[in-house]
Amino acid sequence: MRGLVAFFAHALDNVTSGSLRYHLWMGFLTLWMVAGAYAYSIQLREGLIVTGMYDYVSWGLYISNFTFLVGVAAAALMLVLPTYVFRDMDFLRAVLFGEGMAVAALVMCLAFVVVDMGGPARLWHMIPGIGVFNWPRSLLTWDVLVLNGYLFLNLTIPFYILYKHYRGERANPRVYLPGVLLSLVWAVSIHLVTAFLYAGLPARPYWNSSLLGPRFLASAFAAGPALMILILTVIHRTSDYKVEDGTIHKLSLIVTGAAQVNLIMLASEIFKEFYWPTAHSRSAIYLFFGLEGHSRLVPWIWASLALTVLATGMLTLNPLRRRRPVLLLSCALLFVGIWIEKGMGLIVPGFVPEPWGRIFEYTPTWVEILVTLGIWALGAFVFTLLTKVAIPIELGRMRREALAPAGD
Amino acid sequence: MGRDKVYIQPLPEAWSEPGHPDRSAGPPRPSRGVREMVARLLAQHQVDDVDISRLPADGQSLEWSELKEIFNLSEEEQATAFEEDVAPAGAWTLAGLRERLNRPVSRRTAAKLMAMGLLTGVGFLQAGCTPQLPSALGGQAAQLRLQEYFKRNYRLMTEEEKRETIQRLEHLYELETGKRPQISSREAQPGVLYGYAFNISKCRGYLECVKACVLENNQDRSTDIRYIRIHEMPQGPFDMERATDDFYHQVPAAGHLYVGTQCFHCENPPCVDVCPVQATWKEPDGIVVVDYDWCIGCRYCQAACPYDGRRFNWRRPVVPVEEINLQQHYLGNRLRRQGVMEKCTFCIQRTREGRLPACVEACPTGARIFGNLLDPNSEIRWVLENKKVFRLKEDLGTEPKFWYFMD
Repeated sequence: MRGLVAFFAHALDNVTSGSLRYHLWMGFLTLWMVAGAYAYSIQLREGLIVTGMYDYVSWGLYISNFTFLVGVAAAALMLVLPTYVFRDMDFLRAVLFGEGMAVAALVMCLAFVVVDMGGPARLWHMIPGIGVFNWPRSLLTWDVLVLNGYLFLNLTIPFYILYKHYRGERANPRVYLPGVLLSLVWAVSIHLVTAFLYAGLPARPYWNSSLLGPRFLASAFAAGPALMILILTVIHRTSDYKVEDGTIHKLSLIVTGAAQVNLIMLASEIFKEFYWPTAHSRSAIYLFFGLEGHSRLVPWIWASLALTVLATGMLTLNPLRRRRPVLLLSCALLFVGIWIEKGMGLIVPGFVPEPWGRIFEYTPTWVEILVTLGIWALGAFVFTLLTKVAIPIELGRMRREALAPAGD
Repeated sequence: MGRDKVYIQPLPEAWSEPGHPDRSAGPPRPSRGVREMVARLLAQHQVDDVDISRLPADGQSLEWSELKEIFNLSEEEQATAFEEDVAPAGAWTLAGLRERLNRPVSRRTAAKLMAMGLLTGVGFLQAGCTPQLPSALGGQAAQLRLQEYFKRNYRLMTEEEKRETIQRLEHLYELETGKRPQISSREAQPGVLYGYAFNISKCRGYLECVKACVLENNQDRSTDIRYIRIHEMPQGPFDMERATDDFYHQVPAAGHLYVGTQCFHCENPPCVDVCPVQATWKEPDGIVVVDYDWCIGCRYCQAACPYDGRRFNWRRPVVPVEEINLQQHYLGNRLRRQGVMEKCTFCIQRTREGRLPACVEACPTGARIFGNLLDPNSEIRWVLENKKVFRLKEDLGTEPKFWYFMD
């Protein structure tokens, strides 16, 4: 117990000291978090009326970001699987960051769900025992279970490994491997369950498709590792922790494969909606071409399509992918493209047209945008904190002996 | 001073009051508590120069000088109580503290100081436990709200709990608006299953039903919470997508049909299944209701409803006090709060008392028919058996209890 307290004290020391650049970065993130908190305080006081949502588009930017980030969290699977199961040493140096990214993404997911609630103070109604947990009927309760379970796994496994390294010991695979195997299944389930949340609604034909779940997974396994490549590059350049080219190369192959599968599924969806448009295709028509003069989402989806196709094309061509700047650019484009598509391109058109065929559009307000930016800053903040502790431990610079010569 | 027995005595009686068994019966008593404790304390020590009526009311803040003036605490008395005869350096040592506590103080001053301390302490406690203390309603409403916050899902409540929460809600509304509503908790009658039929050839689009519904159900006047939508459809194929509810002209417009929609009270309601906290359910008489105080405002039910049947309180609802309908039902038209879902309840507060829903009563053309589906002699059964009826989006398998027909 005393060892744990010392570890956290040591970690606190570590995250509160750093270069000027580190402090500026954290200050910058704090600024956005404070701005987001301010916007949220307005929303709490006035109600969700200050958002762009209303009875006809009752989920907006918050749930869009939530959906996208579940995918980012699930993508840790793509690093965990090769490292722990296939014993691929190229991934060993990246896997902790993958799990850290999952933690940060899950924190953002939970924050996005909470800010979307009309009565966040009444969320205790969900806690089994004192409240009512409508499991297994409601998919939302499944989502609560899988997200919190995945968060728990991604906190405890890296913590165990890092703590062992901190004490100068070897982590025992018998302790962490069962958790790792469980987290693999769990990663698939979080995104699948989130897809079922939407796919299970016959009221919204745009979502009510069996391809929704698999497509979620494909786009997640493209966007998540793409972000990982960008993050690893930043870590490589700004710290002493060196990530080998082999790791980036293998990650880029994963991104490429997933992005290709994602495009195939997109083509399949587009074919189904447009070869023989039915009454149920109206959401897709609204999204891609506009309907009855309403076309607010059209530029977004075409931008997303262009970004995704371009990035997938560049990644597919070997000579281009091997060049680092092209790879980084493709990853950034892919990430943004999928964010638009999973966000504005998936959640909002599900509500348009509304059940009686009337068309009501959605535009986020500044309050929503500010809260969203604040939560993204929160995620980046959490990730930076985790990395700031993990790197010195892995480099052997943060060790128990260094702190207290007299052991307990 | 510390050994004096007075400052323990008055407390138990006064503090036991909130939990007193007869508290829930009859009208609320005038607030006693602290004011009475202070009065008793002062009387016990023959302090007669304090005007009890000037003691601060709930939620009022005071300066030290004001408090001193109310208690008629002279400079001399204050001096004996506070003036330092201990060296400042030793003031906070144990010995210094002991010396302070043992300093001789007149009985009257001690009583006054204790009363003032009591008042300040209770004030701090109250301020700390009350979410919005500087309000005109004061501590009583705050206490009721606190108890309301911790209540359970309506379906899990015992009869006693239901009675208590209704009493609290009625009292709260009275404090807030000055009017006391009658909130019913009347349950479904056996052998009753409500159904609704809408005669498309009779509706002229007058919107009397909408107006009656808004008034009857205490709907927010500041946003567009209307349970009923009337869709104007040009003559021709019956297709809801050709209709619009956005018409501002004289009705009936030539060559148009009018189709009303509202919650269809499905026999198999998708909105009920998806609720993560079971804040919405189908009652035995077929009415789909919402427990407004249990709803967390996630709006999953709104996404799941294929019929646009649910409305969300995107802001704090506004209902003019003089227009409040005081005949309410816990699951029906009682006042809602910000951030919860609401919907048509077939006017549960009326229909469970044997009356017709407000929309049916208000319709000037007789286009709306409501009744008990289990009663073979009811009008609704006659319509279902003798007219060509249809329902909307039947392919979804939701089994709405809302039929359309034409003459």
